[in-house]
Amino acid sequence: MPEFDRERLRWMYTQMLRIREFEERVKGTFEEHPGTIRGHTHLADGAEASIVGSLAALREDDQLLATYRCHGYPLVLGTDPKAIMAEIYGRRDGLCGGYGGSMHLTDVGRGFLGTSGIVGQGIPHATGAAYAAQIRGKGQVVLSFFGDGASKQGAFHESLNIASLWKLPIVFVMENNNYNVVTRVEQEDANAAAGEPLAVKAKAFSMPGETVDGGDPVAVHETVGAAVDRARSGEGPTLVESLVYRLSAHGNLIAPPGVPLHYPEHEAVAVFGNTEEYEAARRGDPVPRFRGRLVEDGTLSAEEADEIAERVRAEMQEAVDFALASPFPAAEEAVEYVYA
Amino acid sequence: MRELPYIAAIGEAIHQEMERDESVLYFGQNIATTDDDPYLKAFGSERVRVTPISETAEIGMAIGAAMAGYRPVVELYMAEFMLVAMDQVVNEANRFHYMTKGQVKVPVVLKAGYGFTAGWAGQHTGTIYGMFMGVPGLKVALPATPADAKGLMTAAIRDDNPVVFFHHYLLTLEHGDVPEGEHVVPLGQANVVREGGDVTIVALGYMLGQALEAAEQLAGEGVSAEVIDPRTLAPLDTATILASVEKTGRLVVVDQSTRHGSAAAVIAAEAASEGFSSLKAPVQLICALDATVPYSEPMEQYLLPDAAKIVAAVLESPVAA
Repeated sequence: MPEFDRERLRWMYTQMLRIREFEERVKGTFEEHPGTIRGHTHLADGAEASIVGSLAALREDDQLLATYRCHGYPLVLGTDPKAIMAEIYGRRDGLCGGYGGSMHLTDVGRGFLGTSGIVGQGIPHATGAAYAAQIRGKGQVVLSFFGDGASKQGAFHESLNIASLWKLPIVFVMENNNYNVVTRVEQEDANAAAGEPLAVKAKAFSMPGETVDGGDPVAVHETVGAAVDRARSGEGPTLVESLVYRLSAHGNLIAPPGVPLHYPEHEAVAVFGNTEEYEAARRGDPVPRFRGRLVEDGTLSAEEADEIAERVRAEMQEAVDFALASPFPAAEEAVEYVYA
Repeated sequence: MRELPYIAAIGEAIHQEMERDESVLYFGQNIATTDDDPYLKAFGSERVRVTPISETAEIGMAIGAAMAGYRPVVELYMAEFMLVAMDQVVNEANRFHYMTKGQVKVPVVLKAGYGFTAGWAGQHTGTIYGMFMGVPGLKVALPATPADAKGLMTAAIRDDNPVVFFHHYLLTLEHGDVPEGEHVVPLGQANVVREGGDVTIVALGYMLGQALEAAEQLAGEGVSAEVIDPRTLAPLDTATILASVEKTGRLVVVDQSTRHGSAAAVIAAEAASEGFSSLKAPVQLICALDATVPYSEPMEQYLLPDAAKIVAAVLESPVAA
């Protein structure tokens, strides 16, 4: 890892751990504080390396848009976890004042322009933001994050076509976690069924398509970084397929009416009875994997790694405490912000 | 003041706003495909672009560009093409300002022609604005005259919200007085086009012309009709309509849509709910008959509201003593 200095690697590890710990606290809330989180939440555990490696490639004035599985990105961008947790708890001090919730985190000031809860539909928004960046002419790049399922939507194909045609400064980061809710990728994707990587879809739009190990933040950084450089230099978009494995189920159990329930087992186990697949993913968990690598090569001592973990745990405990203490918005505020 | 065709009035508004504000973009299908395109010549290929026939991407990209600080006008040609990308119109563009507690604004104008009842048969003749008027966060403009076409387009481009701008295809070459220079018609302000005391006729879009013709005929029968053009469906200027109903006691709403999908039904409900004590007769809805628009001319015309149907409805209406 010659091009990464020690501090950068430690920063990456810390950010991965922050996402993991945050998501663990969200998950834990269902049992520790039942009823606190409403509706549906989607966790990024397993995708930490992919998120951190991707965002590490950005410049401060770059922008990104993502999906309903959106807790990880703002954490890395510097959004206060207290505001994120308060949003997920529906509180007044939330990042979006309780108007958006878990699926719609947005922090415009940090370049995080928006998140669509409808699969694939945020891809054209990111493409439009890239068009804006192209017109503005200041060398900004946009990252568009979405899952493998989204690549079956027309919005994906229409957007990649225009992005390539117009040479827009955008990188499409497909986090391929192998499952669209409970549908396995080879059940719905012609490339996967044929044993090909999903990155081959790029070929149809005459743009580069790369597949990368999304469990390795350094590899992701190299691949996304090269694509960002390419976009910034005016050569157009790239499709990056980042192979991740979400370590939790698609979302928490939904049991209407009433209180949403805890997270069930991952679909590999709960639906397909494929315990071995899930256990293998657990063994390859990117967070301990990266820690092991950093400790082994001397970037981080075991004691330092423990200290980081301790700090992160305290930070996320504060986020939970803050969010629990934050008041609800006044009910009558529900009719504000309908129009700008 | 000089005369301009309706479609040129819309074009003038877009052109003037692009001149006034560099953040205004204009893109969509089948525009700017040659170097002598007037918008392309005036504003360049960064701000004016032809897009592939990809409505989801066109509208979605307009939303993204708007989030990033621009004010796109999307040329959609026909209103029905929005149906291909309905999520972007009613579940994306309109939601972000609200869901982010105002962090994001989406000033997008979707320019959509509708109601091409001139032999375009079932799929290009729809009058579908009713679908959009109850969508929170979305505004709906419905110009019936060249002057309003210019003024409402100007207001739509300047508005910080997504606006669906419906222009009627049969009005395309209709001429009318259009103010030169800056001309803004505020969204949410109805126009009392003809004053009268016996009956209020609210006419939507293209139906304004039919209603005015009917009012003229009714005058010959001794009935004084007040004709109101709401001009925008969202926001809807309910106050102007209710004030008129208070004066006349009778309300007829004319809409080229089919009844249950019509804006007329909503206006009738507002009058029944908020103006009941003023009403001396049941509210009458004059809408398209409930069928897909057919190709053949006599059948097509049979389905649609026109001046004769309005006159007949008013004259046959029971009036409380």
